[in-house]
Amino acid sequence: MLSDFFSGFPSPAEWEALTLSFKISGVGVLAALPLALVTGYGLARWRFPGKALVEAVVHLPLILPPVVMGYLLLISFGTKAPIGGWLLETFGFRFVFSWTGAALAVAVLSFPFQVRAIRLAVEGIDPALEEAAAILGAGALDRFLTLILPLAIPGILAGAVTAFTAGLGEFGAIITFVSNIPGETRTLPLAIYSVLQSPGGELAAARLALLSITLALLGLVLAEALGRRAQRRLGL
Amino acid sequence: MSLEVRLRHRLGDFALEADFSVPRGGVTALFGNSGSGKSTTLKAIAGLIRPDEATIRLGGTGIEGVPPHRRRIGLMFQDSRLFPHLSVRQNLVYGAKRAAEGVDGGLLDHIVGMLGIGSLLDRRPRGLSGGEAQRVALGRTLMTKPRALLLDEPMASLDQPRKEEILPYLQRLPEEADIPILYVSHVLDEVSRLADRMVVLDRGKVAAEGDIVDVLSRLDLFPLTGRFEAGALIDGAIQVHDPTTALSAVAFDGGMIWVPALDAPEGSPVRLRIRARDVLLATRTPDALQADLSANSLLSGTVTGMRADEKGPFLEVQVTCGGTKILSRITRRSAQRLGLAEGSPVTAVVKTATVDRRLASVR
Repeated sequence: MLSDFFSGFPSPAEWEALTLSFKISGVGVLAALPLALVTGYGLARWRFPGKALVEAVVHLPLILPPVVMGYLLLISFGTKAPIGGWLLETFGFRFVFSWTGAALAVAVLSFPFQVRAIRLAVEGIDPALEEAAAILGAGALDRFLTLILPLAIPGILAGAVTAFTAGLGEFGAIITFVSNIPGETRTLPLAIYSVLQSPGGELAAARLALLSITLALLGLVLAEALGRRAQRRLGL
Repeated sequence: MSLEVRLRHRLGDFALEADFSVPRGGVTALFGNSGSGKSTTLKAIAGLIRPDEATIRLGGTGIEGVPPHRRRIGLMFQDSRLFPHLSVRQNLVYGAKRAAEGVDGGLLDHIVGMLGIGSLLDRRPRGLSGGEAQRVALGRTLMTKPRALLLDEPMASLDQPRKEEILPYLQRLPEEADIPILYVSHVLDEVSRLADRMVVLDRGKVAAEGDIVDVLSRLDLFPLTGRFEAGALIDGAIQVHDPTTALSAVAFDGGMIWVPALDAPEGSPVRLRIRARDVLLATRTPDALQADLSANSLLSGTVTGMRADEKGPFLEVQVTCGGTKILSRITRRSAQRLGLAEGSPVTAVVKTATVDRRLASVR
C-alpha cells in the first residue's frame, strides 16, 4: 500500500515542480540578501527619522494577503506598468509569465524573514567591538566585512534558510503575478493546486503535499541548528 | 609632540568644558569621579563622539575633523573588547594590518615577549582570564604604533591580584612608547603608582592640572580626591635595607621613612603615598619623641596650610618638611588642643604599618 503510494517517485512533473521551486526560491532569497543585509544592519544600529515606517514596510508582506502582494507586483512590474514597462523598453526584460517574476515574488515575500534574522544577529554583537575596530583603523565597510559579517553569518544563514523554506511554499503572489505555467512558474504549491483541479488528483496532491511538509521541516531544523551555532559563536 | 585638548560639549544638564594638555614622556592621569566627564573626554579625543566644539591638536596638527579610524590614537578599554571570532594572534595584528606600514614582525615578537602572551597566540579570547585579555588588548593597541595612547580604567574590571599582574606592564609604557599617554582612573592608588602628571576633572571642568606630587599635596582638592584615600606623594630613593627587621629606609628631601622591605637595590627611586589619615602630628621635636614612641618615622616640619571642613570633625593640615609637602588629617579638637596655626613647627609621625606594598612603588 505504502509502496504503491510512493511508486515512480518522483514523476517527471513532480521533479520539475521540485527543481523549479528550488531555483525560484533560491534565486529570490539570494537576490534579496544584499538589501536585507543593509536593512537588517540599519534597523539594528542606525537611528533615523521614519525608522518605524521602514520597519512597517519591511514587515508588510507578512501581514498582507499574498494575492495583494501579487497584485502590487503586477501593477508595478507588469509590461504596461511603470517599472515593468521601462525594463521591457530598455533591456527587453520582463518579469510576468517568467520564473524570474516568481523569484521576485519570493524575494519580496520572504524579505521580512531575512531582515528579522539579520537584525537579531547584528543586535547580538556588542557595539563596543565596532568602536574598538574603528579605533584600530577599520573604516565602516571594513568593520562590516571583518567583524559584523563573520559574527553574524550563522544568523544570516538561518534567516536565509527560513526565507528559502517559506519561498518554496509561496502560492498566492506567484499565481497572481506570473500565473501557473508548467516548467516556468509551476512550483510545488501551484502543482498541488493544479492536480486538485482535475478529477482523481487526490493521490498526486497527497504525494506533493508530503514532499512540501518534509522540505519545510528540514528547512526549519536546519535554521534552528544554524541559530544555535550563532549563539555559540557569539559566546552567549 | 604633545596632545592638546580643548572641548565643549553639552549633554542634557551636563556641560563639559575641558582644556588640558598631555605631554609625551611619562603618564598623565585624568582623574575624577564617575560623572565628571572622563569617559566623554576620552571618547571625544578618540573620535567616537562628536563634541559640540573641539580643538584637539596632536603634535601641533588639528585632528578634531579626522574620523576615528584615521586618527591613529590607541585606546585601551576597561573591558578588553577582543574580537571573539579571531585568535589572539589575529587580534594582535588587526590594527597593524590596517596601518600604512603594515605588520611589523619584530615589534610583534617584542610585544609578545614583553607582555608574556606567547603561549596564548593560537587561543580564542573566550578562554582567557581577565588579566590575560587585558594584556592582549594592550598588545593589540601598541601594535598599531599609535601617536598617542589613551587608557580608560584598564584595571577597573580586574581583581587585586590581576591588577598587580598587569601594573608592571603599564608602568613600563613610557619607555616602550615615547608618546603622550593619558590614563583615566578614579582610583588614587593606581594613579599614584603610574602617573607623573595629573588632570583633575570635576563636573565637566578641569579643577587642577600639573605635576602629580604638587596636585596631590594641595589642600583644596580633598573633596575631589576623596577624604578617606587622600594623601601626599613623596618621591625618594632607597637609602638602606635592614634585613634583620625586614625594613627599608626611603630617604627624600625632608627626612626618611621606614617601610616594609622593598624588593629593589639600594639607591632605587621609590614613590611613597602617605595617606593623610595615617599621619600623626606632634608639637615636640623628633629627638624628644623618639625614645617614647613606637612609630619609626618622625619628620620635622612646619605647618604651611590648614583647611577645615565647616561642620565635620576633621581638619586637613599641610606640613612642609624640607622640600616635601605632607598631608595630615587630624580632628579640629586636636588642632585646638595643640594650638596649631600656620607657621607652627611640628613633627609628622608615620607608622610603618600604614605603608603597605600598594603605597610604596619602586619607579
